[in-house]
Amino acid sequence: MIKDIDVYNYLRHEKKFPLMWCAGCGNGIILGSIIRAVDTLGLDKNKIAMVSGIGCSGRSSTYVDFNTLHTTHGRALAFATGLKHANPELTTLVATGDGDCLAIGGNHFIHAARRNIDLTVFLFNNNIYGMTGGQASPTTPPGKIASTARRGNIENNFDPCKLAEAAGASFVARGTTYDADGLDELAIMAIENKGFSVLEIITPCPTIYGRYNRLGDAIAMLRAQCENAISVEESRKMKPEELEDKIITGVFVNKDIPEFCEEYDLLIERAQKE
Amino acid sequence: MEAKLLMGNEACAEGALAAGIMFFGGYPITPSNEICEILSNRLPPIGGRFIQMEDEIAGMASIVGASIGGLKSMTATSGPGFSLMQENLGFACMAEVPCVIVNVMRGGPSTGLPTQPSQGDVMQARWGTHGDHPIIALCPTSVKEVFDLTITATNLAEKFRTPVILLIDEVIGHMREKVVLPQLESIEIIDREKPTCPPEWYRPFEDNKSGVPLMATFGEGYRYHITGLTHDEMGFPTTKPEEVNALMQRLFRKIRQGFDDILLYEDFLMEDATSVIVAYGSMYRTAKTAVLDLRQEGHKVGLLKLTTIWPFPKIAFENMPNQVEQLFVPEMNMGQLFREVVRVNRGKRLTHKINKVTGELMTPAEIIHEIKRKGV
Repeated sequence: MIKDIDVYNYLRHEKKFPLMWCAGCGNGIILGSIIRAVDTLGLDKNKIAMVSGIGCSGRSSTYVDFNTLHTTHGRALAFATGLKHANPELTTLVATGDGDCLAIGGNHFIHAARRNIDLTVFLFNNNIYGMTGGQASPTTPPGKIASTARRGNIENNFDPCKLAEAAGASFVARGTTYDADGLDELAIMAIENKGFSVLEIITPCPTIYGRYNRLGDAIAMLRAQCENAISVEESRKMKPEELEDKIITGVFVNKDIPEFCEEYDLLIERAQKE
Repeated sequence: MEAKLLMGNEACAEGALAAGIMFFGGYPITPSNEICEILSNRLPPIGGRFIQMEDEIAGMASIVGASIGGLKSMTATSGPGFSLMQENLGFACMAEVPCVIVNVMRGGPSTGLPTQPSQGDVMQARWGTHGDHPIIALCPTSVKEVFDLTITATNLAEKFRTPVILLIDEVIGHMREKVVLPQLESIEIIDREKPTCPPEWYRPFEDNKSGVPLMATFGEGYRYHITGLTHDEMGFPTTKPEEVNALMQRLFRKIRQGFDDILLYEDFLMEDATSVIVAYGSMYRTAKTAVLDLRQEGHKVGLLKLTTIWPFPKIAFENMPNQVEQLFVPEMNMGQLFREVVRVNRGKRLTHKINKVTGELMTPAEIIHEIKRKGV
C-alpha cells in the first residue's frame, strides 16, 4: 500500500506547479516515492539536500522543499560530492537521468561509486533525451528509434546497475514507476545505506520515446513495465535468452563497506594526533 | 614575523590557509601541482577537507558544492584544466557562489608548454565561460604577492559572492624568494554575509544596496533553490524579461560598485614620465629593471603595475599624468591585455606592444631595445 502522507509538507507552494513534465511522464511517481521515503525515515527537511543535473529529471529539485541545487549537465554528482564532503550531516539526494548520469556524467558516476561517498542517486531512466526532443541516450536499446537514430539505434546500451556495481557502489537497485509501492521500499533502503547508493528507476516517456517506438500511451507503457518486470530472485533461475527485454527489479548490491566522508573524518583524527 | 624561503605555489597554499580556505577540490596538472599537494597534507590537521576529483570539471563543481555547504573553497590548475573549468565557473558566476580558482599559466594553446611560463590565459580568464558575466582576476608579481593576493582573492570572493581567479604565471609559481609572512592576527579576513531573518522571510537572491545577496549555507534552516538557469529573487527559473534583466544588471552592478576594493594597481616613477610601461605578473619584474636602467640613462620612463586585470582598471589610465605620451605593454602572449590598454586610452596615447611567446621570460634588454626602437 502506498503510504498516505501530507505530501504538501514537502512541496514548494510558490508558483512552481503544475509540474513541467508531460502528461503520462513517470517522473512525478519517482518524486512521490522520494518524498514518501523521506517522510517514512523521519528526516529533517533542513538537513536534506537534493542536487540535480540537466534534463527532465533535473527539474525535480525545483519542486521539493529541501535545500536544492540544480547544476550543470552531467555534473550533479561532482557538485554533490563537494557539498557532502564539506557538510557531511546533509542527507544528499541526487536526481539525474540516463543521459545526464551515464553519457556526459559517466565519469563522475563511476568515480563517485568508486569512492563510495554517501550520496543517493535516483537515476530516472526513460531511455531517451526527453527535454531536448528525443535523441538516443546510453540506455536506448539497440534497434530503438530516436530523433538521432531514425533508422534504429546501432549502439549498445549500458546496464546502469551493472555499471554501478562494477564501479564499487555499496547499494544498487532497480525499480519501476508501475510498482510505486516497491519503489518506495527501494528508495528507503537506498537513502538508509551509508555509502554510494544507486536506484535506477524505469520511467515511461510516452510523449517522445513511446511515440517514436509505437509503445502506446502512458497506460500501455506502464502495463509493459508490469508485464516485463521480474525480481532479481526469479531472474537467477532464468536463462539469459529468457531475460531479453525483461526488467530485472530489486536489490542487486547491498554491502557494508567504508564510506568516503567517514574515512576522511578518521583521516582528520589521525592527522590531528600527529 | 618569520622569514621563509618559499616557492610561489607554496605561498599560494600558505595564503589559502591564512585566508580560511577549508576545502580544496582539484585535479593534478603541471605547473600547479604543489598547491594541491600541500593542501592535501595541510588541510586535515585543521579539520579542512581535500578531495582529488576525477577531472577539472569535477574539481570546479566540487568547490562550488563545498562553498554552498559552508566552506571557503579553492581549486588550482593550469591552462588545459582551466579550459575544463569554464563550464562550472560560469555556474559560480550565475549562482553567485564564492570560490577561488588559481591558474598557474603555462604556454598554450592546447597542451602547449607544460613547464614554461606564459600569460596566455588573460582573455580566457575574462571570457572563457559563455554568456555575459563579470569576473575578477588578479596577477601577483612576487612570491609574497602570491600569498597576499590569495588572501585578497578569497576575501573578494566572499565579499562579492563571486568566483575570483588568481592568474599566476609559471615563473612566479615556481620561483623561490625570501618571504616574511605576516602574523595571522594582522590579516583582514572577510566572511560572506549570511541572513539573520526568519527562514520564511529569506529571499535568497534579493537585491540590496550592495547588490550582493545574503548567502545561507545549506543545512542552516533556510531551504532554498540554487540554479544555473536565469532565476528570480527566490532562486527559481524565470524567463520573464524584467526578472532576467534585473538579475543580469545586478550581477554587473555588484562588481562595479565594488571597484574601490577590487581595482588594484600601482604607479612607479610616473610623476614626470613621458613613456610608461604597463605590466602585470612576472613581466612587471622585467619591466621594473628596464625602467630603472632607462632612468639611469636619463629617459623619463614610468611603470604602471596592474594587480587586478579583470575588471580592467580603466581608472589607472584616467588618473595617469597628462605628459604621458606613449605606453608600452610587454606580455608573454601575442598581445591580449594590450587590446584593453588601447581601448581605454581611446587614441590619447600611442600604445605599443612587446610580445614574447617562446616559453622564455622576456629580458629587460628586450624591453629596452623595443622602447628605444620606438623612440623614448
